[in-house]
Amino acid sequence: MTAPEADDEARGTADRVARRSYGKLVAYLAARTQDVAAAEDALSDAFASALVDWPLKGCPSNPEAWLLTVARRKLIDGARRRRTSEIGAGELQVLAEGLDAAAADPAIPDQRLALMFACAHPAIEPAIRAPLILQAVLGLNAATIASAFLMSPTAMGQRLVRAKTKIRQAGIPFRIPEREELAGRLDTVLDAIYAAFTEGWTDPGGADVARRDLAEEALFLGRLVTELLPEEPEALGLLALMLHAEARRRARRNAEGEYVPFAEQDPALWNGRMIDEAEALLVRASGLGSVGRFQIEGALQSAHVYRRRAGRANWAEVVQLYDGLLALSGSPVVAINRALAIAELRGAGDGLQAMPQVTADLRLTDYQPYWAARAELLAQTGAHSEARHAYEVAIGLERDLAVRHFLRQRQSALGA
Amino acid sequence: MQYMLMIYSSEADWSKMTPAEQQTGVAAYGAYTEALKKAGVLAGSNRLQDSHSSTTVRTRNGKPQVLNGPFADSKEQLGGYYLIDVPDLDAALSWAARCPGAGHGVVEVRPIWAM
Repeated sequence: MTAPEADDEARGTADRVARRSYGKLVAYLAARTQDVAAAEDALSDAFASALVDWPLKGCPSNPEAWLLTVARRKLIDGARRRRTSEIGAGELQVLAEGLDAAAADPAIPDQRLALMFACAHPAIEPAIRAPLILQAVLGLNAATIASAFLMSPTAMGQRLVRAKTKIRQAGIPFRIPEREELAGRLDTVLDAIYAAFTEGWTDPGGADVARRDLAEEALFLGRLVTELLPEEPEALGLLALMLHAEARRRARRNAEGEYVPFAEQDPALWNGRMIDEAEALLVRASGLGSVGRFQIEGALQSAHVYRRRAGRANWAEVVQLYDGLLALSGSPVVAINRALAIAELRGAGDGLQAMPQVTADLRLTDYQPYWAARAELLAQTGAHSEARHAYEVAIGLERDLAVRHFLRQRQSALGA
Repeated sequence: MQYMLMIYSSEADWSKMTPAEQQTGVAAYGAYTEALKKAGVLAGSNRLQDSHSSTTVRTRNGKPQVLNGPFADSKEQLGGYYLIDVPDLDAALSWAARCPGAGHGVVEVRPIWAM
């Protein structure tokens, strides 16, 4: 093998291991040291060593174990250097022994879920939980995450560092919570995964690779949670919800790259395999006997898909589902969608009545979907001048060019 | 790990309570302390006198300045603390949730800086 070929092979193996095992290795190391940042650093050093070592000596038969051994040594060296200031000799001993015992075990236990529970702990600031999971479990860098969450890379980097420091200093545990508190704690993990997904979803055109990848990564995490906790209905519900949304990605743009609203999408462009999987997940979840937000949202997606495919209106059921969801979440976002469904069932006037008021919830003033929905209903009731204003605000708040263009067309269609 | 549970509550509200109510309040702390002891996690605790009794000192340019009153003037005052030794933050939080102070005020949970 020539040198460049050996390089390529080493890089390819390292990439595959990184993709498959990064989170597993970080979780394993961090769970023993409480130190996510140190685990990440040690692992990235190990990957760097691999790229030097493997082309010369060939790829090891068990690359994961090789990386773990090297990362472990770096961790212990690092801990020894900091010993006087931060950790005691006894603790160092425990750490070294724990990591030695671990290295003797050929199968590396999967503690990614425990790592996710640590990242989404109630003691961690809610807004940083999703970014933290993306970094710790998937190895995405701060700059990539920052651009997806519309934040400056420096600010994102600092907040990630602060969150990791908090995990270590506050003694946040790496474990799956006990049965009685699992449901509440799982919600924060699922919320974080969904936040990552929706950040990816805001770029349906896929023009921004970082965002599109984020939706894929969120699906990967959602799948991982259902594999590790197969009996949790809300985890199944979240995966179903994400699959339903993902299944329609292609249909949300026409050949010219223009935005296509759900009601005008071509169901033939939907990904049938994903929809089938989502439906099967929802059936499985419903057999587990506890309904939650993600299952209802998944069921709503399912009802919308059914309507378009069967060509039969089912707005009464949709409104009913939204009623349930609103009672559960009290979210203004749900109230907006419910109002749109009511408009379909009983007319635009009733829909407008059901719309939440900006005066009652100030968060709505810069929430684009609120203004777009309001504009649609106002247009249908013939209140053209009010509708024109609502469209104007919606356009001003939209960051997606295609959607902006779509709204402008609707606004122009109002006539005088 | 050791954690300090710091109890912040309104002294004004406390002084408005009837003696019987205050007695019930003190009894709740007694039971809580007992539970901590039984579980073998209590490393220390104290109730503090009212913040009126507080005096703050700082040294500026080598000269001590002494001021009457607490450092921070707020609606709720530090009224006492528990020092506990538990495995992790979750255990500390579950003890904090049982503390009577969580009901009539707030309990701040801070890890101890291990030397």
